[in-house]
Amino acid sequence: MSVVLFWVFGIGAVVTGFLVFRLDSMAQVTFALLASFLFVAGEVVLLGLGYLGVVIILMMVMEMVIMAVFMIMYMMNPAGLMPMAMYHNKRASVLISVGTFVALAAGIFVVDWPARSGRPPADTTYALGESLMGPQMLTMMTLGFVLFATILATVLLATSRGRYDRLGDDLRAARADDPVHGGIGR
Amino acid sequence: MTLELFLLLAAGLFAIGLYGALSQQSVVMLMMGLELMLNGVIVAAAAFWYYVAPANADGQVLIIVVITAMAVEMAAGFAVVTAIFRARDVDMTDMAADLAG
Repeated sequence: MSVVLFWVFGIGAVVTGFLVFRLDSMAQVTFALLASFLFVAGEVVLLGLGYLGVVIILMMVMEMVIMAVFMIMYMMNPAGLMPMAMYHNKRASVLISVGTFVALAAGIFVVDWPARSGRPPADTTYALGESLMGPQMLTMMTLGFVLFATILATVLLATSRGRYDRLGDDLRAARADDPVHGGIGR
Repeated sequence: MTLELFLLLAAGLFAIGLYGALSQQSVVMLMMGLELMLNGVIVAAAAFWYYVAPANADGQVLIIVVITAMAVEMAAGFAVVTAIFRARDVDMTDMAADLAG
């Protein structure tokens, strides 16, 4: 059963991943990528990591729904009505990616992988939590700071006119430098 | 199911993502390629955890790190696209090649 599921999820993930760069509409592309993520989450669950699989499913559903909004914002080909061909350097890209795959596959079969040591714990989620709150606490704290820095950086980048644009670098301008002045003209 | 099969799947996803990241002109599609590459890394990390060192949770922690990297990449990428689109009306990588060469 799990072997069948492995092949179904694996082929599904690769095929939908390939469709991402084949479909015409950017909205369809987003959902093809979502399908690829869901198949990968299935593989993760298959390996006994139920919690992480569900986290991937929930996170990617949210992320791809947000991505769909951006895709439609920047869409050049509404509803995929015209064939979309927005490539550059296609031949070299194919060569590089096929070469990468061949090199990785050769490495996978040539390397003598270490034998399995230990057994999975009965409750993998508990083991993960204990690890994150214990020996891997530094990892967890770093991730927290990275996410916080990302919030600041994205808000700053996405702000069109902030207070420093309006009131000067020291925020001491007598009046705000707005393109359209408000107030009653004093 | 063996480690090699899982790693082959990971390599396939990584190569498809690399192709997309290299060949797409739209910045948004380029980011989809990057996400697909990280998708392959998730498969590889989960397979390594299960087939090599299942006793400790380091492989699981690696998956958490990759998922976080995906979220950060997506958020930061869209913020940069929004900023450059607002400043210069650019949404293709070829139009933002000032530093190329």
